[in-house]
Amino acid sequence: MISNQVLSEVEFNVVGKRPLRPDGVDKVTGRAQYGDDTNLTGTLRAKVLRSPHPHARIKSIDTSKAEAFPGVRAVVTAKDLPFASLSKDELGGEYTALKYASDHMLASDKALFKGHPIAALAAVNAHVAESALALIQVEYEVLKPVVDVREAMKDDAPLIHEDLRTNDMGETGDKPSNIATHMSYSTGDIDKGFAEADLVMENEYTTATVHQGYIEPHNTTAFWNSDGQLNIWTSTQGSFQVRGTVAGVLRIPVSQVKVIPMEIGGGFGGKITAYLDAICAVLSKKTGAPVKALMTRTEVFEASGPAPASWMRVKIGVKNNGKMTAVEAEIAMDAGAYPGSPAMQAIVCAFACYDVENGKVDGYDVVDNKPKTAAYRAPGSPQAAFAVESLIDEICGELKMDPIDFRLLNAAKEGTRRIEGLVARRIGLVECLEAARDHDHYKAKLDEGIGRGVACGYWPNRGFQSSVVMTVNYDGVVSLIMGSVDIGGTRASIAQQAAETLGIAYEDVKPTVVDTDSIGYTFITGGSRTAFATGLAAINAAEDVKSQMVSRAAKIWDTDEDDIEYVAGIVQHKSDEELKFTFKDLARQLATTGGSISGRASVDPTGEGNGYAVHIVDVTVDPDTGKTDVTRFTAVQDAGKAVHPSYVEGQMQGGAVQGIGWALNEEYFFDDSGKMMNPTFLDYRMPTSLDLPMIDTVIVEVANPGHPYGVRGVGEASIVPPMAAIGNAVHAATGHRMRSLPITPGRILEAGWENGRS
Amino acid sequence: MEPFDFVSPTTIEEAVKTLASAGDQARILAGGTDLLVQMRAGRRTAPLVVDIKGIPELNVLSYDASKGLTLGAAVPCYKIYEDETVAKVYPGLIDAAFLIGGIQIQGRASIGGNICNAAPSGDAIPAVIALRGVCNVAGPNGTREILCEDFCTAPGQNALKNGEILVSISIPAPQANSGANYLRFIPRNEMDIAVVGVGTSVQLDASGQNFVSARIALASVAPTPVFATEAGDSLAGKAVSEEAIQQASELAMAAAKPISDMRGTIRQRIHLIGVFTRRTLNIAIERARGG
Repeated sequence: MISNQVLSEVEFNVVGKRPLRPDGVDKVTGRAQYGDDTNLTGTLRAKVLRSPHPHARIKSIDTSKAEAFPGVRAVVTAKDLPFASLSKDELGGEYTALKYASDHMLASDKALFKGHPIAALAAVNAHVAESALALIQVEYEVLKPVVDVREAMKDDAPLIHEDLRTNDMGETGDKPSNIATHMSYSTGDIDKGFAEADLVMENEYTTATVHQGYIEPHNTTAFWNSDGQLNIWTSTQGSFQVRGTVAGVLRIPVSQVKVIPMEIGGGFGGKITAYLDAICAVLSKKTGAPVKALMTRTEVFEASGPAPASWMRVKIGVKNNGKMTAVEAEIAMDAGAYPGSPAMQAIVCAFACYDVENGKVDGYDVVDNKPKTAAYRAPGSPQAAFAVESLIDEICGELKMDPIDFRLLNAAKEGTRRIEGLVARRIGLVECLEAARDHDHYKAKLDEGIGRGVACGYWPNRGFQSSVVMTVNYDGVVSLIMGSVDIGGTRASIAQQAAETLGIAYEDVKPTVVDTDSIGYTFITGGSRTAFATGLAAINAAEDVKSQMVSRAAKIWDTDEDDIEYVAGIVQHKSDEELKFTFKDLARQLATTGGSISGRASVDPTGEGNGYAVHIVDVTVDPDTGKTDVTRFTAVQDAGKAVHPSYVEGQMQGGAVQGIGWALNEEYFFDDSGKMMNPTFLDYRMPTSLDLPMIDTVIVEVANPGHPYGVRGVGEASIVPPMAAIGNAVHAATGHRMRSLPITPGRILEAGWENGRS
Repeated sequence: MEPFDFVSPTTIEEAVKTLASAGDQARILAGGTDLLVQMRAGRRTAPLVVDIKGIPELNVLSYDASKGLTLGAAVPCYKIYEDETVAKVYPGLIDAAFLIGGIQIQGRASIGGNICNAAPSGDAIPAVIALRGVCNVAGPNGTREILCEDFCTAPGQNALKNGEILVSISIPAPQANSGANYLRFIPRNEMDIAVVGVGTSVQLDASGQNFVSARIALASVAPTPVFATEAGDSLAGKAVSEEAIQQASELAMAAAKPISDMRGTIRQRIHLIGVFTRRTLNIAIERARGG
């Protein structure tokens, strides 16, 4: 049995190989510099006082005792942020956005979730800071909380923001509501589509709030120098995003802030939002010293950005031959304290695997008393896929149709118009389904007690802005400078694309991630965009280097540039075979022929290829305890072209593992007062290595026409199918259709009791 | 974490004296796998931490076929399961020692600490109760013995009085034709708190076909670990049979008085007590028969 397959059609010299990662030695020897390794002379430690209540009005804050505590250098509250001294009239249309951003850093009038920052202080060390924190006195008026998305949507629900009115397809609602936005897409005629169907099935599904679970907690060191320059060392997926947020909340120009991204210990979308940075900045301004803050794990769970819980209703109509005639979905997601759940992505992704003429999707972005949700790997798509792919499995059961055959019959392909109106370019879902169908796993006999499930997943992938600068050193080694933080091996995969374009060895490209002052604007590392978009920037910068190398050769040979060509790392005269430089030979001549060469490129590409994944999973379920064990798992995914197949496999396996956790055990567990009961890794049960089989992978390569090497993003589609695939496998093993996540042992037992089995 | 004073006595007398004078200001530190976590989380404050790992009597691990096992209260789990004799004679104890925390935790955590922490879910406690464990306590008024089933008095509270420490646990040498087992239910395969736990021990007659006696103890189904005497006693004198085991499991279920919380519901826990009582009894019987 082959556990990792790559189905390649096109081979390159460097792209597609598996070289060592440039950051590898530092990481395995413990030398890599993470945020908490930042230790500037005289650094103070900050701690944040957080609301113990999920919903409360802040009546007063008395910081005097804390300020007087020996070792405390400064205390800040929302009053220390610019928002406090700006009137609604002054801010005009900016008011609500600044209030939300500022209050998210430090609450001004209400605490909207347990863990909401109320005040912060800086002290000579973390222990003094912790002791002093207890001396800050806050008087709260405790309000009724709501932590369930459906409850929050009710007319009589406690209002999170008294002035929030629903944006209902562009129309503003006439009364306050927790529903921030209602959005909708439709295509064709669903009434006609359902009327044509031989079978229509409809069900409701729910998923719980889950966390990305990155190992490294959020951390920041800020130093606001006396010349006004603010420097921030932090763990982030987007240094320019942090710069923008901090400058926005502090009302200073972006160029006054420099963000230095440190090595990152995991993000998965959760390290895009800035939490501690502005707090440390204002504490640094007050004290004149660098200020560092580090979240505890409990703070990470309670006050960073988990993925939303969801309620979904899905309806699908099919002909007896399996052809889908109409689809419909309603998806409500809780954004937590401030609007911004990925309900929009959820409705766009819900049916993106299928080519259906008639469809309608409605999404609701709902606020409630949970931490403000953040991105989590393919935000919105995993929840939607759990509902849609579970219902399709039920339909396949009714039709007695093989679930892969059903999906092949209905699969989206080049030219399929999706529900939001975009038409698919060349995509690889059919090829993934065929690879899954032909895989040894899918053909393997099912032993007694084993249930098998399959599901598909979609993520559109992203483009957006990236900048790269490349300098040629006189020994022929190229320095590759970029603004994309490396969270998944992109230093290697972008260096590979640069080396491929220049026709030089991978080892002759040295990639470095730099701060916001040292490179042009670069969007976050997220959305599965970096290997694609920053890769394109590197390719374009390499082309710039190539043309400058050609001009330099022209100067040396005193000939016309048009007479020179650059082929596979060799600069040569087109007609005079004697005139030829290797890249390194020419590099050695640069110092005496005009100095170094720098290539540069800034891009904002739109040719990202959509990503599709198909997962096959086998489970056993202990009938006495309801415990599910995943016994075999195969992940198939279209990578376009896997630049570094090992890292693509890592992304596929990582997404599958996070999906297994989401499917079986992970959830925010709230008590009756709306407080999270399990903010530790002991009780927030992510899978350990003992809970997982080896995740087998099949990389399918259907070239993305929007990239010279065919690259598609690969970081996210892999978390989309596992929940439904596991739910479908549990059904196959037990006969119980599980429509709520997580599929815990307790829920499986209860399903058995409800179905009349003991 | 708040600052605290730290002392490391090297004799029982010194430890008792320190604890007696500090009263409720002191906390005993063995492996620290509960105490330090509780202190970091702010659930316990301890102005004085008394590390008892330097006291020789608390580090004893000795087995004698006539006297049985003496297990010092500070002996970490890994030493227990890596001791070939102890592992062979007390597989029912090893079951618990092997699943407390993970490998790193087992390098520090002790059975004595697990008992003193008195969590309803403490994995070692039902195992030790089933094995007739006795807690040897030293205090200002000398030494005394407390049966393990009487040691835990409430969640996080034990029978130790001011100035007393748990020195060791004595477990009698196994009777002929006896066997024991501990199993727990967790949703993952390690690093978790028991949803339920069941420890059992059985003694069979020479034929291996009849129960002479049995002991059954339960975790995570009451404010303290439960010694389900009726369930165990119901087996005495009966032939080994599915019916007898089923009946004992139903009595164990009746002895369980769990709550519903994030780890499980009342119904789920009572159901699982039945399942795991049957499973542990079957393993204990197999071990008693020499399997």
